[in-house]
Amino acid sequence: MKKGVLLAGVIICIAVVAAFYACGPKGPETIKIGINAPITGDIPKVGEGTKYAAEMWLEDINAAGGLEVGGKKYKVELVIEDNESKAESAVAVTTKMITEDGVLAIVGPQASKQAIPAGGKANELETPMISPWSTNPDTTKDRPYVFRGCFLDPFQGPVVANFVRDEFGFTKAAVLYDVASDYPKGLAEFFKEAWEKINGPGSVVAFESFTTKDTDFSSQLTKIINSGAEVLFTPQYYNEVALIVQQAHQLGWDKPIVGSDSWGSAETVQLCGKDCYGLFFSTHYAAAGATGATKEFIDRYNAKYGYVPDDVGALTWDSMRIVQQAIQDTGGLSGDIKKDRKAVRDAMAKIKEFDGITGKMTFTEEGDPIKCAVIVKISDTGEFEFYKSVCP
Amino acid sequence: MVLLQNLINALQWGSFYALIALGYSMVYSILMLFNFAHGDIFMVGAYIGFGVASALIALTTMGAFALPNWLILVLTIIFSMFLTSFVGMIVERVGYRPLRAAPRASAAITGLMIGIILETGNLALLGAQRVSFPSMVDTTTYDLGGVFVTNKKIMIVVVSLLLAAALHQFIRRTRYGMAMRAMAFDYVVVPLMGVPLNTMAAMTFALGSALAAAAGILFGVAYPVLDPYMGILIGWKAFVAAILGGRGSIMGATLAGFLLGFIEIFVAMIFPSTLRDLIAYSIVLLILVFRPHGFFGEAYSARLRL
Repeated sequence: MKKGVLLAGVIICIAVVAAFYACGPKGPETIKIGINAPITGDIPKVGEGTKYAAEMWLEDINAAGGLEVGGKKYKVELVIEDNESKAESAVAVTTKMITEDGVLAIVGPQASKQAIPAGGKANELETPMISPWSTNPDTTKDRPYVFRGCFLDPFQGPVVANFVRDEFGFTKAAVLYDVASDYPKGLAEFFKEAWEKINGPGSVVAFESFTTKDTDFSSQLTKIINSGAEVLFTPQYYNEVALIVQQAHQLGWDKPIVGSDSWGSAETVQLCGKDCYGLFFSTHYAAAGATGATKEFIDRYNAKYGYVPDDVGALTWDSMRIVQQAIQDTGGLSGDIKKDRKAVRDAMAKIKEFDGITGKMTFTEEGDPIKCAVIVKISDTGEFEFYKSVCP
Repeated sequence: MVLLQNLINALQWGSFYALIALGYSMVYSILMLFNFAHGDIFMVGAYIGFGVASALIALTTMGAFALPNWLILVLTIIFSMFLTSFVGMIVERVGYRPLRAAPRASAAITGLMIGIILETGNLALLGAQRVSFPSMVDTTTYDLGGVFVTNKKIMIVVVSLLLAAALHQFIRRTRYGMAMRAMAFDYVVVPLMGVPLNTMAAMTFALGSALAAAAGILFGVAYPVLDPYMGILIGWKAFVAAILGGRGSIMGATLAGFLLGFIEIFVAMIFPSTLRDLIAYSIVLLILVFRPHGFFGEAYSARLRL
C-alpha cells in the first residue's frame, strides 16, 4: 500500500515536471539550429569538422550581437547532437531536435547513410534540413524540406570516370566498395555506369564489395589484381581507404587507385601514410592554393583548431550560411515554430545563386546545388594539391 | 596462382580467429561459461600494444637505449600480453566471481556489459579518433612468381602457431595445466580436492587475455587502424570458431579458427563478395547441423581436451 502511494507520487511529480518543461518558456527570442553530426562512430573526424565549422559560424553571429531577421535581433543557439554514424541514431536525433528542442532548421547529417533516413524524418515533420556532405540523390529526392550543400553522385561518378580516361587512357577498371553503406554503394554504381558508357559494356572487370567494419580485403583485392584491371576506384571513407590501399600494395598492386570526396579528410594521409602519396580523388574544394573567402576561412580554422579544414568543414560552413540567408530572407519570424519552419523552407528554395567558399552554386527544384568538382592529388608530402577543376 | 595467394590470405586471417577462439574455449572448459567480453579484451590488448609500442619507440628515438625494430615488436608483444592478462584477471574478479553461484544466463549477460564498459571506457579515455598503430617493422613484400607474401604475414602466422603450441604444451605438461584439465573434468568436485578454484579461474582468464592481446597486436601490425569497436565483430566470429572447434577444445579452437578464415576467404574468391558472410556462415551452420558438438566436442561433457 505504502509503496503504491509512493509510486503514484513519483509518477505525478514526473508528469508535473514534464508538463512544465513542455510548456516552459519557448520565447521567440532565440533561434535554435540543430547540428546532426557523427561525433563518435566510424567517422569521428567528420563529426569534429562539422562541430568546429558550426561553432565558428556561431562565433561570428555572436560577435554581431545575434542574428538580425526583419529588423529584430535574435540570439542563436546550436543544438549539437551525436548520431554515432548510425542511420537509426540519426533519425532519433532528428526527431528529438524537432519535437523536443524545437529547432528552426537542421544542418546535417553528413554521410548519406544517415542523411537519407534522417531527411525522410525531417521532411515528414516539415522542418528544413540541409546536408552539407551527402552526395547520394535519394537524400533530397521528392523531399521539399531537404536540401544539400554539395554536388551529387550522378555528377561525381562521371567526373571520376572521365578523369581517369583522359589522364591515363585506361579502358579497364575495378571497383571495391562497402555494400552496406548508401554512399559508397551509390557512387560505385554511378561510376560503373559512366565507365561502361565510355569504354563499352564489361569494361568494369571487377566489381567487388565488402561490408562495414570489415578490415581484411585480401580476397577481393586478389580477385581485382587478377582481373586485368588498370585502375582501382574505391569510394570509401578515410579509415577504410588506409587499409585498402596498404593491402593492395602488399598484394602486388602497383597501378593507380582513385577515390571520391569521402577521401578528403584531414585523417586520410595520417592513417594511410606513404602508401597514399601520388593518388587522386574527386572532391568539393582544395585547401592548398585557395584564395579569397576560402583562404580566409582556412586560415581562421587552422589558427583556431590547429589543422587545415577538410571539405566537410568547408561545406558545413557554406550550409550554415545558406541557413542563415534563408532565415534572414523570411523577412521576420512569427514565433510560431511551424509557420516559421515553412517560411525558412520556402526562402531556402528561393535562393537562386549562392557564393560559397566551396564555389558558386545555383539550386535546382530538388534542392540540389549545381557546382564544380575538383580533382585533388595527394602530394609526396601528403598534402591535398589542386590538380584540375571539372564543371558541369 | 590465385589459389595460392588466397591460401596465404586465409592463413593470416585465420590466425586472428584462432588466437581469439582459444580464449573463449579455455574459459568455457573451466567455468562452463562463455566470456562475451573476450572480443573487447582483444581490443584493449591492441590498444595496450599501441601504448607500449609508442612508449618504446619514443624512448628509442630519445636515445634512452637503442633497440632494433624487431626487438621493439617482440618486447611490445611480451609486455602487452603481461599487462592485458591483468585486465583479464580484473574482469574475472569484478565481473564473474561475484556471480559464480548465479544462473549461467546472468554471467553471460555480465560479459556483454563488461564489453560495453570496455568499449565506451576507451571511447571516453581516448576519444573516437582512429588510432594509427605504429609500424615497428618495415613491410617487405616478396614476389614468389606472382604470389605476394610480406614479412608481416609470415610473422603473424608463425607467432600464432607458436602461441597455440605453447598453450598446448602448458596444459599438457605443467602442474597448472593438469589442474586446469582436472577442473574442466568436474569443477564442483575438483576444488574439494584442494585445487583452488579462484586461482585457476584467474589464471585461465589471464592466459586467454594474454593470447587476445597477442592477437590484438598482430592485428594492429596487419591492419594498422584501431577503433574502440574493433573487437565486436571479430569477437563474434571467433566465438563461432570456438563452437565449431568443439567447446573446450584447444586444438579444435585453433583448427576451427583457421578453417573459418579459409571459408571466408575462399567463399569471396568463388562467389560475388557481396554474398561472402551469407554463404560462409551458412556453411558453418550446415557443419553444426551435422556435428552439433563441433569437431572435437563431445556430448554432455566439457572436458578440456587436447
